[in-house]
Amino acid sequence: MGNEEEYLYTKDHEWVCFEDSIAFVGVADYAQNALGDITFIEFPEIGAEVEQFEQFASVESVKAASDIFSPISGKIIEANQDLASAPELINKSCYEKGWISKIDPSDLDEKDNLMTFEDYSKFLEGLDT
Amino acid sequence: MQSSLQKTPLYKFHCELNARMVDFGGWLMPVQYDGILSEYHQCRESCALFDISHMGEFIFEGDLKQDGLDKILTCETSGMSLGSSRYGLMLNEKGGVIDDLIIFCISEKKFMIVVNASNIEKDFEHLRNNLSDSSLITDVSSKTAKLDLQGPLSRDVLKKIVLGTEDLEYFRFDSFDILGEEGIVSRTGYTGELGYEIFCSPKKAEVLWQKFLDDDRVKPAGLGSRDILRTEMAYSLYGNEITEDTSPLEAGLSRFICFDKEFIGRNILLQQKENGIKRKIVYFLSDSRRSPRHGQSLYASDSKEIGIVTSGIFSPSIEKGIGIGLINIDSASDGDKIFFGDEKNKMPAIFTKRPFYKKGSLKT
Repeated sequence: MGNEEEYLYTKDHEWVCFEDSIAFVGVADYAQNALGDITFIEFPEIGAEVEQFEQFASVESVKAASDIFSPISGKIIEANQDLASAPELINKSCYEKGWISKIDPSDLDEKDNLMTFEDYSKFLEGLDT
Repeated sequence: MQSSLQKTPLYKFHCELNARMVDFGGWLMPVQYDGILSEYHQCRESCALFDISHMGEFIFEGDLKQDGLDKILTCETSGMSLGSSRYGLMLNEKGGVIDDLIIFCISEKKFMIVVNASNIEKDFEHLRNNLSDSSLITDVSSKTAKLDLQGPLSRDVLKKIVLGTEDLEYFRFDSFDILGEEGIVSRTGYTGELGYEIFCSPKKAEVLWQKFLDDDRVKPAGLGSRDILRTEMAYSLYGNEITEDTSPLEAGLSRFICFDKEFIGRNILLQQKENGIKRKIVYFLSDSRRSPRHGQSLYASDSKEIGIVTSGIFSPSIEKGIGIGLINIDSASDGDKIFFGDEKNKMPAIFTKRPFYKKGSLKT
């Protein structure tokens, strides 16, 4: 983890990165910036199965509550417990310390439905106009 | 879309600071600069600068009693000393709140009234309709800028720029030489911290804004942090806790109502006192970091809906969600557990007493 140029992204500004055969998922900088200071995160249950692009977590910020969608299908195997007492880690380090969950992916072909860093950067440029 | 929104004299500074601008009651206002929580801490721990120029200012010239101003306001105005200010309300005939305001006694026959931005036109019309023709009421909002300097260090910051302000006591004001022009500095605010509200011309406000920010102890703060600061103090916000359909007795504002005099809405309020009010304001603390939100429902422990959340935020000082709500009278008592949210998701909370934040430097 740590090099977001190698991550894959969704249109809803979540990211996924693969380490060995495990997927780490989180929210991209654009999302943490739009949400503002994050004050609470609700994790999915460990062992729960999630579908790609399905809601799996929700966050609350000083402004509003928002759903987070999973970039990939699979089984939730771990939640980042540091976020329970320090959800602001998502603001401070969204690509590393602010990861949300680890997922055991069930279908790696789903990567084709995601954007590379390059594609995502172009997608963001389109949003700013 | 944004072109129809009004802008304060400091709009260009907010843009230069990359503030996030939002529509607030028809005004394009900064909701945050660097971040809502850091601006909150800036105000609680050091000194924060807010542009509050959108608020309305009226000047009344006349006799308080004979010309009818005293009858429009719920607070006692006779006997106000020069340089004192009071919080009060204007009510409609139904006893609902037209607006909340602060009245400043400039001289025996001259008062300034400061009202909410979104209510300026409505308030002015109500005043004009109810004041006698022998008095004069003038809307000076467009030529009056307002900066709020708030925080435990605000006294030290301000006294270097506006001489003589350090002796102002809580809820007192005076006119001062503000960078070569006469303006008003008032020891009031909306944050629970030691602080000042400064009224001056738009031109001077631009210079003053920059002078304040030249001081390393000062940082700009937006309406996002202001809402957290005021909610922690359990101060009412017009449109949330108080509306045209809310009685001030329900909203917990009876201490700002003087029943010893005549005022518009008095009879209804007396009836409400006699027969009892239907709803009451409550203050509650979430069990977790989950925060209530304005407009959500409140439920009793048996899941019965008992009211609404009027304001809800994450409290940085308590590190939990906090809320203010209006519930049906007798639907829950002090020790009961309640829930906030909607039909699908209900979060537990307990009642507490206001204010949520008790360590403010307000009266230091």
